[in-house]
Amino acid sequence: MCGMLTFFLSGLAAAGAAVAEPVTDFILPNGMEVVVIEDHRAPVVTHMVWYRIGAADEQPGKSGIAHFLEHLMFKGTDEVAPGAFSELVAAQGGSDNAFTSWDYTGYFQRIAADRLDLVMRLEADRMRDLVLTDENVATERQVILEERSQRIDSEPGAQMQEQARAALFQNHRYGVPIIGWRHEMEKLTREDAVTWYRDYYAPNNAILVVAGDVTPDAVRDLAMRHYGPLERSDAIKPRLRPTEPPQRAERRLTFEDPRVSEATLSRQYLVPARKSGDQKQAAALTYLAELLGGSPTTSLFAQGMQFQDATAIYTSAYYDSTALDYGTFGLAVVPVPGVTLEQAEARMDAVLAQFLKDGVNDAAFARLKTQLRAAQIYALDNTDGVARRYGEALTSGLTLEDIRTWPDVLQAVTPDDVLAAATLLDRRQSVTAMLMPAPQGETE
Amino acid sequence: MKLLHAIAGLVLLTAPAWAETNIRQVTSPGGITAWLVEEHGIPFTALEIRFQGGTSLDAPGKRGAVNLMTATLEEGAGALDAKGFAEARDALAAELSFRPSQDAIAVSARFLTENRDQAMDLLEQALINPRFDTNAVDRVRGQILAGLRSDAQDPQTLASLAFDKAAFGDHPYGTAGDGTIESVSALTRDDVLAAWRGAMARDRIYVAAVGDITADELGLLLDDLLGDLPATGAPLPGRADYALGGGVTVIDYATPQSVVTFGQPGMKRDDPDFFAAYLMNEILGGGRFSARLMTELREKRGLTYGVGTYMAAMDQAELLMGGLSTDNTKVAEVITLVREEWSRMARDGVTEAELDAAKTYLTGSYPLRFDGNGPIANILVGMQMEGLPIDYALTRNDKINAVTPADIQRVAASLLRPDQLHFVVVGQPKGVVTGP
Repeated sequence: MCGMLTFFLSGLAAAGAAVAEPVTDFILPNGMEVVVIEDHRAPVVTHMVWYRIGAADEQPGKSGIAHFLEHLMFKGTDEVAPGAFSELVAAQGGSDNAFTSWDYTGYFQRIAADRLDLVMRLEADRMRDLVLTDENVATERQVILEERSQRIDSEPGAQMQEQARAALFQNHRYGVPIIGWRHEMEKLTREDAVTWYRDYYAPNNAILVVAGDVTPDAVRDLAMRHYGPLERSDAIKPRLRPTEPPQRAERRLTFEDPRVSEATLSRQYLVPARKSGDQKQAAALTYLAELLGGSPTTSLFAQGMQFQDATAIYTSAYYDSTALDYGTFGLAVVPVPGVTLEQAEARMDAVLAQFLKDGVNDAAFARLKTQLRAAQIYALDNTDGVARRYGEALTSGLTLEDIRTWPDVLQAVTPDDVLAAATLLDRRQSVTAMLMPAPQGETE
Repeated sequence: MKLLHAIAGLVLLTAPAWAETNIRQVTSPGGITAWLVEEHGIPFTALEIRFQGGTSLDAPGKRGAVNLMTATLEEGAGALDAKGFAEARDALAAELSFRPSQDAIAVSARFLTENRDQAMDLLEQALINPRFDTNAVDRVRGQILAGLRSDAQDPQTLASLAFDKAAFGDHPYGTAGDGTIESVSALTRDDVLAAWRGAMARDRIYVAAVGDITADELGLLLDDLLGDLPATGAPLPGRADYALGGGVTVIDYATPQSVVTFGQPGMKRDDPDFFAAYLMNEILGGGRFSARLMTELREKRGLTYGVGTYMAAMDQAELLMGGLSTDNTKVAEVITLVREEWSRMARDGVTEAELDAAKTYLTGSYPLRFDGNGPIANILVGMQMEGLPIDYALTRNDKINAVTPADIQRVAASLLRPDQLHFVVVGQPKGVVTGP
């Protein structure tokens, strides 16, 4: 293995060349946006409809309605019986599902490319013609309550995360859980669901993303036939949500639970998200997260807390860059037994401070650039992932141009940009959460 | 309902048109065989290697050694320490991973065409010349111990471990492959080295590659990569005998929602009735919303967010397993309903319509799995480990279509044993106690 060191410096040739998925876009007369991503390697297609509506658009007191409606979208229409949607897709070998976030609600099917007509017809049908009965709504409300029990109430880490977000956002609905607060979920009615559906499920609030073995012309024809006749909604308005006031005091939470085994320190900062036409800051934050905690071996946190001194079992840093209103930047440390969360936090802040003093390591920065370039190549292997990336960005205030230029913006980041971005990590705009086992004797 | 009518005539099967028709076997000059699909559209290759045996090769008293060893493979090799190794890998933008399971060690690599040789040199060092530096072993051990402490508080893990222990006792399948806090704490560097010598040998290798590489290139690559491994490794464990009877085991755990794991003996992958059993399971508790258990528990009654069953055909034992989470007050109802569905299937089998729907789904969705270099390489290496022929992908749907309602009736009657079904409940279920 003698030659190993020589190739570090050689860099990557092909990975620097332009690689991009072929994308076509157009808008139907009723306002529905369409994006076609071609990948002809296999006769498969992913069909997604993304609505520009999510949990952060809910009214106070109605938390969870966006996600609840996502479930209810499988309850049938004037033409398709309850539950039959998924059966019809499955009977053609396809699979389908849906997801809800703060900024979007999405529905997708994966199926053989020659069945695109079928899934498009079904999805178009339920965009305007959903039929909800009191009985279906009541049963499905039990399902989402069980889902909340499973995902949140049985997971102390998820409960703490829910509390941390509630504290991080002082005015914006990003602080309310997507699935909803239990006491409000219990009171969601059929009427709430119908109103939400009628107002926001319409072609002028939707984006169609079709990815796979299709041509733009064929998709245009099918989209015109199935989505083209659908009526617009008059209730679609600019998504002007409450904004955060100046945040002047850092927040600190302690959460104890007998089900916790490893004490964990986490901190989240309020930071900018990618902005349309101006993604430079977000690109720099992307590097910052990677340099601080992206690698369990080479990152500054790993080296500073796991290698040079044994403070931590686990460290990480992440940046959630794609959101309509605000990004979040997170840090986490699980200390080794015998090290307190206070000591771990002091060490974490010392590593951060040292980074601000020393600046960016050139070799580490160059490696990251190479990896980000190569990620574009690897991403081409996953058409589903590409489709998701487009849908998420387009429902988060970004344009196709922003998506196209993002890799170049990433490549243009300099070490100075990263250092400047690091100053965005302002403790006054942060929540530090300590998750701990309940002390002995307090367990039930 | 006109939509339903309109598409009723559309049940066609996708003609196999791509990867599954282009699988070829490659034998390297040194005699290593691999399955390959050439796909030159994107300049990278996905390589999947499996070493049969996995954590079940742990020596007595050394539970967790193979897991610790595998997790330390990337923590330094040859002239490079852990940091140097990671830096070299990242500079090449190569992705390497090493994952243990109870029947195999999985090595996955994705690497760019332009620096394929360097990436493979690096992987070779990890496989042939791992350093297992004491500080690296201790650091990884600390992470594993944290995971074990966390598992001890995790209802899902507690349920699985309790079931496995009761089912398989002292066989490796009866305990967790990552060991216990006591066993892992006691492991030495010598134990790790012994685990490496026993687990990573040429007599148990399976390989698949998909991507921008030719058969000749792959053959040479494999000889360089794997040729210097020892010829033979540790003997595989024997069969695991299933020792659990029917009944309920409750493990007290303070949480509003119970985790329920249930199971009974399953069927071997090479059993002539495997496909009938597979279809039967798909209808009973498979992945679709229309599966019977999903319909009865979620769609009709809102008792759970999700319920599923699966056939686990492992190397040394077979299970038919299922699981769900439900409110403590609803566990008793759920157990009754699952038993009823078990009995109904054993007694009545399935309808023609249910079978047709399951067939069209399973045959239609099969080609959709072959959708990317990484996923295809995974499928191909899995097929080899199951002993399937290289043309399996072309005949698999025919085998599914050949199953009749009578086949399922016969298989369900003999396989499904409502009296043998055992439920492990972790939580504080109302009106449910440990007992037969």
